[in-house]
Amino acid sequence: MDWFDFILARYNYWIFILLMMIGLYVVFARGNLVKKIVGLNIFQTSVFIYYISIGKIFGGTAPIYMGDELDAAAHHGPDSGEGAGHGAEAAAHGATAHAGAEEMQSKIDNAAPGEETLAKETLHSKIDNSALDHGNDLKDALKTAPRPEEADSLHSLPDTGDKIANTLSHVDKTPPKAGLQFTPDGLTDAAGDAAHSAAVAAHGAVEAIVYTNPLPHVLILTAIVVGVATTAVGLALAVRIREAYGTIEEDELEAADDIAEFGHQPGAPAQQAAEGAA
Amino acid sequence: MSIVAQLPVLPIVMPIMAAPITLLLPRGRAPHLWACLFTWLTFAACIALFREVAATGPISYALGDWAPPIGIEYRIDLANALVLLLVSGIASVVFPFAYRSVQLEVDQRQTPLFYGALLICMTGLLGVTITGDAFNVFVFLEISSLSTYALIAMGARRDRRALTAAFNYLVMGTIGATFFVIGIGLLYQSTGTLNMADLAQQLIGQDNRMVQAGFAFILVGMGLKLAMFPMHLWLPNAYTYAPSAVTAFLAATATKVAVYVIIRFFFSVFNFDFAFIGAAFTYVLLPLGLAGMFVASFVAVFQEDVKRMLAYSSVAQIGYMLLGLSFATVEGLTASLVHIFNHALMKAALFMAVACVVLRSGSHSIHAFAGLSKRMPVTTWAFIISGLSLIGVPLTVGFISKWYLLNAAFAAGHWYAGFLIVASSLIALAYIGRVAEVMLLKEPADDGKFVLPKEEAPLSMLVPMWILVAANIYFGVRTDLTGDIATRAAEALMMMAGGAP
Repeated sequence: MDWFDFILARYNYWIFILLMMIGLYVVFARGNLVKKIVGLNIFQTSVFIYYISIGKIFGGTAPIYMGDELDAAAHHGPDSGEGAGHGAEAAAHGATAHAGAEEMQSKIDNAAPGEETLAKETLHSKIDNSALDHGNDLKDALKTAPRPEEADSLHSLPDTGDKIANTLSHVDKTPPKAGLQFTPDGLTDAAGDAAHSAAVAAHGAVEAIVYTNPLPHVLILTAIVVGVATTAVGLALAVRIREAYGTIEEDELEAADDIAEFGHQPGAPAQQAAEGAA
Repeated sequence: MSIVAQLPVLPIVMPIMAAPITLLLPRGRAPHLWACLFTWLTFAACIALFREVAATGPISYALGDWAPPIGIEYRIDLANALVLLLVSGIASVVFPFAYRSVQLEVDQRQTPLFYGALLICMTGLLGVTITGDAFNVFVFLEISSLSTYALIAMGARRDRRALTAAFNYLVMGTIGATFFVIGIGLLYQSTGTLNMADLAQQLIGQDNRMVQAGFAFILVGMGLKLAMFPMHLWLPNAYTYAPSAVTAFLAATATKVAVYVIIRFFFSVFNFDFAFIGAAFTYVLLPLGLAGMFVASFVAVFQEDVKRMLAYSSVAQIGYMLLGLSFATVEGLTASLVHIFNHALMKAALFMAVACVVLRSGSHSIHAFAGLSKRMPVTTWAFIISGLSLIGVPLTVGFISKWYLLNAAFAAGHWYAGFLIVASSLIALAYIGRVAEVMLLKEPADDGKFVLPKEEAPLSMLVPMWILVAANIYFGVRTDLTGDIATRAAEALMMMAGGAP
C-alpha cells in the first residue's frame, strides 16, 4: 500500500491538481463566456491553494512576528508596562485561573528565576498584542482598568490565582459596569474568554515559536488581487460583448462574425450551432 | 536621498503615479499631453539608466531599502537596460503619434481612460523588465496585461470584434500568467527564495523533477504571453482589432518583453548545468522557432487585412528571436537581442503607417491601400522602407538582424537553419511585396466601398512615424551601436549561465 500512502500524504497537491484540471477543462470546453470566467477562477484558486499549502508548517502558528516587542520589553524593564499592559496582565491572571491555574503555576514555579522574568515579559507583550486583536472594546476596557495591586508581580500568582479560581466559579453573569475591574465580581465572561486565548498564546511564547511561512500568503494575497481584477475585466468584457452582439455564447459570436465578414453564414457548422443553441 | 540615487525606480514610479491623474484631467488635449510628458520623462530616465549601466556595470536597487534577497530588488544590467530603452523609446514616439488616431478610433469619452491605461501598460512592461524578483515579474506582467485587455477592447468603436479578441486574449493571457505563477511556486518550494540572483545560487545542483516542472510551467506560461508558435492564436485578432496606435505600441513592446523574460530565466535563473535547458533549446525553441517562421509567414501571405498580415508576421519574427537564443551561444543571443530591438523599430513603423491609412481611408483592408502612392506618398514610402527592413534589405536594421542570425546559425553548426532563415525572408518579401504592389501600381477601385484618402496624414503622425523609419536606417548603418551593446549583454548573460563565452 505504498502508493496509497504516497497519494494520501500529498493530498493537498491532489486537490490542487484536480481543481486545476477542472478549471482548465471548463475554460476550454464551455462556450459561454461567463462559464469560461468561472473556469478561470477555479484554475486560479487551485494555484492559491497550492501556494498556501506549501507555506504550511506542522505545528506552526499564525506568522505574527513578536521579536521586536520581546526585545523592547526586555530593555525597558517590568515597570514600563502602562495601563493597557497591566490590565492585560491582570486579565491573564483571571484567564489562567479560568483555564486551570495549576498548570500555569507549575510552569512558573518550575522555571528558574531568570526564565521567570522572561516569562513575565513575554506574557506582557504577548497579551498586550493579542488583546489588541480582540477588538477595541477590550482594549479600551483594559486601558481604563484600574491598576490592580495583585498584578504587580507574578510571584504572588499562586495565591491570587487560587483565590480567583475559587471565586470565579461564583461569578454571576452580569454585564460589565465600567471597564474591567480586577475583582472577582467584576471579571466578566467576555473579558475572561479573551484573556483565556491571550494566555494560551502567551503559553506558546514561552516555548520556541514555530511560525507558518508567511511569504506564500503574501504572494497569494497579491495574486488574489490580480485574480479579482482579471475577473472584473473579463466580466466587463462579457457585458460589452452582450451589448454588442446580444449573446455570450461563443459559437453564436463566431457565426455573427462570419456573417459580418462574408455576408452569409458559412454553411452547416454555424447552422448546427444555431440549432444547438435553440 | 538625491534623485540620482533613486534613478532605477523612476521609470516605474513616474508613469504609474501619472496614470490615475490622467483620468482627472478634462477631455480633449490635456490627457494626451500629460501622458506624453511622462513617457518623455520616463524615456529620459531610461537613457540615464542605460548610460550609467553601460559605463559602470549592473545596478542593484533595493526597493524600500529592504536588502535583497528578502526585499524586492531592481537589477539593471545591459540586457534589460536595452529593453527598457526600447520600451520607453517606442512609447515616447507612439504616444504623440496616437492623438489623431485615437480621436478617430476610440470613443471620445474614453480618451482619458485610454491614455491612463496606455501609461499603466507601459509601466507594467518596464516593471517586468527592470525587476530582479521572480514574483514581481508576474505582478508587473499582469499590470500590463490587464491594461492591454482594456486597450484592445477600446477598438470596439470601429469593430465589435475587438471585444471578443480582447476576451480571448484575457483567457489565454491569464492562463499563461497563472502557469508562470505555478512555475515560480515550484521554484520557490525547492529553493525558498524569489530573488532571481539568489534563485540561481540556490538552484545549483538541484536537477530534480520539481525544478524541471517549474521550468516547464514558466516556459509554457511565457510562451503564451509572447505568442510562441503554436500558442499565438490570440495575437492576430488582438492586433487586428485593437486601436491602431495600441497595435503599434504592443507589437513593438509587449511580446519583446516576454521574450526578454524567457532570456532572463533561461540564462540568469537556470543555467547550462541543467540538462533540461539544453533539451528545451534543441527540442522546443529551435523547432518551434523554425515552424513559427514558416507557418506564420505563409499565413501572412494570404491575409486580406494588412493589420492581420503584419500580426502574423510578428509571430514569424518571434520565431527568429527564439531561434537565435536556441543556439545557446553568444552569437545567437546577440542576434536575438539585436532582433528584439530592430523588430520593434520596424513593426512600430509599419503599424504606424497602417494607422495613417486607417485615419484617411477608414479601413485596413488591403483594398484600401490601392493606389495609395499617389494620394499619401509620405505614408507609402514609410511603409515600403520599413517593409524592406522587415524583409532584411541591406542598409536597414532588418539586414543587421538577419546578418547576426545567419552568423550565429553557421557558427553554431545549424547550417540548415541559415538557409531556412533566408527562405523565410523570401516569404516576407512575398507579403510585403504584395502590399507594395497594390500601393504603387494598382488603381484605387472606384466601387465606393472604401473612402479615397484626400490628403496626406497629419504631421503629428508623420513626424513620429518618420523618426522610427529614420531609426530603421540609422541603426542599419551604424551597426556598432546595437551590435556592441547586444554582444556585451549576451556575453554577460552567458557568463551568468556558465556557458562557454
